[in-house]
Amino acid sequence: MKKKNRLQLDENGKLKHFLTIEGLNRQLLIDILDTAESFTSVTEQTIKKVPLLRGKTIVNLFFEASTRTRTTFELAAKRLSADVLNINIQASATAKGETLLDTLRNLEAMHCDMFVVRHADSGATHFIAQHAAPHISVINAGDGQHAHPTQAMLDMFTIRRVKGEFHKLNVAIVGDVRHSRVARSQIHALSMLGVEDVRIIAPKTLVPSEPEAFGVHVYHDLREGLRDVDVVIMLRLQKERMRGASLPSEHEYFQLYGLTEEKLALAKPDVTVMHPGPINRGVEIDSIVADGPRSVILQQVSHGIAVRMAVMSMAMQSHLPVAAGGRG
Amino acid sequence: MSAKELDIDQTLDHVAQSLSSILESRNIQAPIMIGIHTGGVWVAEQLHQRLKLDEPLGTLDISFYRDDFTRVGINPQVQPSTLPLSVDDRHVILVDDVLYTGRTIRAAFNELFDYGRPASIMLAVLVERDGRELPIQADAVGQHVSLEEGEQIKLQGPEPLTLTITQA
Repeated sequence: MKKKNRLQLDENGKLKHFLTIEGLNRQLLIDILDTAESFTSVTEQTIKKVPLLRGKTIVNLFFEASTRTRTTFELAAKRLSADVLNINIQASATAKGETLLDTLRNLEAMHCDMFVVRHADSGATHFIAQHAAPHISVINAGDGQHAHPTQAMLDMFTIRRVKGEFHKLNVAIVGDVRHSRVARSQIHALSMLGVEDVRIIAPKTLVPSEPEAFGVHVYHDLREGLRDVDVVIMLRLQKERMRGASLPSEHEYFQLYGLTEEKLALAKPDVTVMHPGPINRGVEIDSIVADGPRSVILQQVSHGIAVRMAVMSMAMQSHLPVAAGGRG
Repeated sequence: MSAKELDIDQTLDHVAQSLSSILESRNIQAPIMIGIHTGGVWVAEQLHQRLKLDEPLGTLDISFYRDDFTRVGINPQVQPSTLPLSVDDRHVILVDDVLYTGRTIRAAFNELFDYGRPASIMLAVLVERDGRELPIQADAVGQHVSLEEGEQIKLQGPEPLTLTITQA
């Protein structure tokens, strides 16, 4: 934890790399949410751009396929007036080590300022942050089963917008928590922001091995777990898990863990339904719920741009020399 | 440390009077008033009342347009800008508390033009002091203040609004 902290924050406590929620602090998370809030007005401008990162070069370094995350990172960078390079590298398990470092050295030689990295291996973004040149910031856009911190922050942003505050909320995360980097980052962020009751609802095979360590309440029955919740976050069921022994059929999964109007009625009347996308209609969530009035799934996508603008501009400022500026 | 308080009501009246005679001489009917965060918004609220303007007040936070981001970074207390109406082809009155180097106004122009193309912009400030670093001047000024070495002028508010010169 200490080590992660040292890597993520500079000597003044400012964000330098954004790799995981762990090791950060409540105030920093609030600063990210507040800064994101102020970026929301940029989309109301005729010219949807601010000149903040003009002249900076941001590389989207994707070793794993992604559409939504990559495009919202790209849009966020462009709205900050940065130049963006998209590089998709098909990662084979053996193509790491020296090859990865060589890729980094080459990008550094092109005078890039920030890497936004997605990788199938947990810890890959830490590795890159450790080995990148000192002037480069690294943002984790999802690494293996480890963390997806910008997704968690856009979810926190959405919750704050809809519910106002965090303290009194009951939040349930439903689905494959065990293999989900999104859920891991969400749990850390929710508890850091003061949510008292975080529940995970999943079949026994999809619960993390030591749920107590996360400070969550575990339910195996969806109906029981949904009672009185304010926010329910559905996770995408990765179909590749079906082939393993950990799950019954899609149909059976939907019967037990799929979110329907009827099950949702057990939650609070003003419950908010979230999903990081892409959604599997009829597997983890019924279309009527996904498209219904309590769903904020598309708002989450819009908020992703503002939150990523905030994280990128905050990470970029850690390289600045500390100086007093006059205004007027 | 000593402090000298200036008469804020008189100063606001003075800006309001200058503004209304400019609006009259230029024959401008329905201007849009926009205050610059934070002090400029407080001043704009007062002027908006005094001039009995019909159009809702807009606010501008120029943090993302400052020319010193590469030196000082962003302030987490940034507020969203809110412009309730399109500024396209409209006459805009931009309001700030203190006009000093002119850099804030330069940033405000840039942000405003990202929202549209106003017919005209005029600048109203509560106080102007020497020290311009850009060729920018105000159309309506509450009062001109000459500060000695080490003196600072500060507007505090929103309730009550006070304007003081302090010596560090």
